[in-house]
Amino acid sequence: MTDAPEATPIERPSSFASEAAMKRLKRRHAAERRFRAYGLVAIGFAILALLVLVLSILTQAWSAFTRHEVVFDLTMERELIAPEGRDQPEQIASNVTGFNTLVQQDLLATFPETGRTRQLRREVFALTTRLAVLPIAHKVAEQPDLIDETVSVRAALSDDLDLYLKGGATDRRAMVAGQAGIIAANEAGLIEIEEIGDSRFAAFQSAVADLEGTDPSVLLRVDDTWFTLESINTNSLIASYLTGPAPLLGDRYETPIDALIIKTPASNRTVSDRQIAWTTMLNEQGRIKRVFNSGLFTQADSTYPELAGAAAAIVGSIFTMIVTALFAIPVGILAAVYLEEFAPKNRLTDLIEVNINNLAAVPSIVFGLLGAAVFLNLFGMPRSVPLVGGLVLGLLVLPTVIIASRAALKSVPPSIRTAALGLGASRTQAVFHHVLPLAAPGILTGAIIAMARALGETAPLLLIGMVAFVNEVPTRADQESTVLPVLIYKWFSGAERAWEPMTSAVIIILLVFLVLMNLAAVMLRRRFERRW
Amino acid sequence: MLDKTETSQPESAPSDKDTKIDCRHIDVFYGEKQAIFDISMPIRDRSVTAFIGPSGCGKSTFLRCMNRMNDTIDGARVEGEIIMDGADINDPTVDPVLLRSRVGMVFQKPNPFPKSIFDNIAYGARIHGLASSKSDLENIVETSLVRAGLWDEVKDRLASPGTGLSGGQQQRLCIARAIAVNPEVILMDEPCSALDPIATARIEELIDELREQYCLVIVTHSMQQAARVSQNTAFFHLGKLIEMGETEMMFTNPSNQRTQDYITGRFG
Ligand SMILES: Nc1ncnc2c1ncn2[C@@H]1O[C@H](COP(=O)(O)OP(=O)(O)OP(=O)(O)O)[C@@H](O)[C@H]1O
Ligand SMILES: [Mg+2]
Repeated sequence: MTDAPEATPIERPSSFASEAAMKRLKRRHAAERRFRAYGLVAIGFAILALLVLVLSILTQAWSAFTRHEVVFDLTMERELIAPEGRDQPEQIASNVTGFNTLVQQDLLATFPETGRTRQLRREVFALTTRLAVLPIAHKVAEQPDLIDETVSVRAALSDDLDLYLKGGATDRRAMVAGQAGIIAANEAGLIEIEEIGDSRFAAFQSAVADLEGTDPSVLLRVDDTWFTLESINTNSLIASYLTGPAPLLGDRYETPIDALIIKTPASNRTVSDRQIAWTTMLNEQGRIKRVFNSGLFTQADSTYPELAGAAAAIVGSIFTMIVTALFAIPVGILAAVYLEEFAPKNRLTDLIEVNINNLAAVPSIVFGLLGAAVFLNLFGMPRSVPLVGGLVLGLLVLPTVIIASRAALKSVPPSIRTAALGLGASRTQAVFHHVLPLAAPGILTGAIIAMARALGETAPLLLIGMVAFVNEVPTRADQESTVLPVLIYKWFSGAERAWEPMTSAVIIILLVFLVLMNLAAVMLRRRFERRW
Repeated sequence: MLDKTETSQPESAPSDKDTKIDCRHIDVFYGEKQAIFDISMPIRDRSVTAFIGPSGCGKSTFLRCMNRMNDTIDGARVEGEIIMDGADINDPTVDPVLLRSRVGMVFQKPNPFPKSIFDNIAYGARIHGLASSKSDLENIVETSLVRAGLWDEVKDRLASPGTGLSGGQQQRLCIARAIAVNPEVILMDEPCSALDPIATARIEELIDELREQYCLVIVTHSMQQAARVSQNTAFFHLGKLIEMGETEMMFTNPSNQRTQDYITGRFG
């Protein structure tokens, strides 16, 4: 043993430069580069996933942030909207039938041929929904001097046609079919449109031939008159009149024939050929405006997508979050302060600690059951209100707040406590003057993460009835309401196609909320940290 | 193994009128484990008492008895009497919060609050209501900093954070903070262990000045420091007080062999 140092003399500097050492060094550097590359790949993947998510939602939601409205110049006839005995403002405001009659009269005047049958009337009246006149009614109720005046008003276009104008609802293709010559009636009672040798006629023929057997609709337009194609002859098109000014039979037109090939069969879509033609005509007359869908932020829920808004859910979410924050944050912080700074370390506090950690892992729906049992059944609180929702979510995130706050308190160096105590501060003073302010950034971050979780929570709220249909924006926390994630769930299960972009729009609103909350967290952190 | 005669405790010196704190038969337990064994000692006013001894012998523990900081440690238990100005500070009627305003403490590692220099000093005065107005408070801050020898260095940046000072300045800030509450006793647990020789010399100077008005107790691992600043020295070993006496005597002519060995660096 004692000879050992002499037997194996320690090799020094040369060994660092030996070949084996250089190899080892190279391997170490390679390993480091590899590790960095893995890290970059991981971050890149995360960013990519985020981008794809945001982009897909954005493109989906984009169309829901605007909507189409039809412009009407209506004369507010007194006998329709404010007849004798029904002329009080609130009666005017709710006179949907009266205002709707005005809109319908205008539509019948615009498309005179529709007056002929019930079926046609029903089709043209469906351009707007009955309730779309409500904003007009409210406006007139507020300004009674508008009665008997001609007023330019706007009503939402029906959701299906709105979607159509945004490029959805149908699979279609517009092209020029050829050049119109003489238009005449044939012996079968159909219209024959002569084609006078336009080069594009062949392309049109083959496009129609390609769709053989799939039952498409082919709409033709010569000037402002619309037809549906029945068959194609070698140099003429056989069609039936659809809408617009009656064709001048026997006249030679010499104008292009526009064609709109709608590949989706009429039985598979919610918009008819005529409605498409009418909408296109109104649009070309400048009577359809694409406007920002402010209703999304001002309207409550509705069974009609074009009238539905997320306002009730936004306000409901805000109320719920306020209740959750007011409940969970003070209680959570106080519990954490007590456990961390004052509680003796014994069996009981150990048990409490274990249970808090377990509670944080309990599935949220269990809290819904608890809320339903305690708040609704035991305390008899009303269903579907933010107050109860907020309390349930508060219970749900309480363990998270406690755990985060305890971690933040633990990270405050003990020397701060002894310094304060050594100066004669009481324990409470040491905690509230020194420890808590130092832990505040960590506590805040934890609290905001907890609030973000509560904001996105759906399951427990379903169990306390916050899935109810709410068509009025709540003004207090004890009024029926819904919240954003529940609205997403409800709208997503809506049957009509128009709910799809609406759902994405609400997702975006929810995400904006989350981003705002995180920003608030970052800013609060900054503020608190700068103080020290 | 130590034989019987060596483990016997020295007779506690009879407390005279100069005695500020009289500790009688102190035992300290951490849970089941006993850290201090029946120590009695008088601590004189307006002088510096140094505690020396090898690591883990209980110097800090004993020091903490005198302002009841052991109360803040889970499982710590103190037995015995500590008479300060005629009253037992361990009496249940004594409020430790009040006691700590009379017995200040400076820790081994400088621990300024992460607040401004001004607030660091003002904190104690604020919680004890020592200042009735803002100018009062400013006065207290200035005198404390002047007495701690830090005023000239920080008078232009009282609003900047105390944690931004150098280690030696921070320790003097902590001393100023302790002085600001106007204590009667100042306990210092290895106040210079984290400092360079120049900062150490400044603090030693400061301790020497403070001696005129306060009763100081200082724990140190440096024999030279103990010899330089203290008038009385107590030597601890394994939780027992081996020897206590005037510093000069202890360093020139210790009566106990182990004290001799420790001071001359043969063990510890
Ligand atoms: N909080 C505590 N809990 C349990 N045991 C402790 C605690 N603090 C100190 N001890 C024990 O008490 C004994 C005395 O410790 P103390 O800190 O008083 O020694 P010291 O003389 O100050 O040592 P050093 O010179 O290294 O600071 C040691 O054995 C230590 O392990
Ligand atoms: Mg110590």
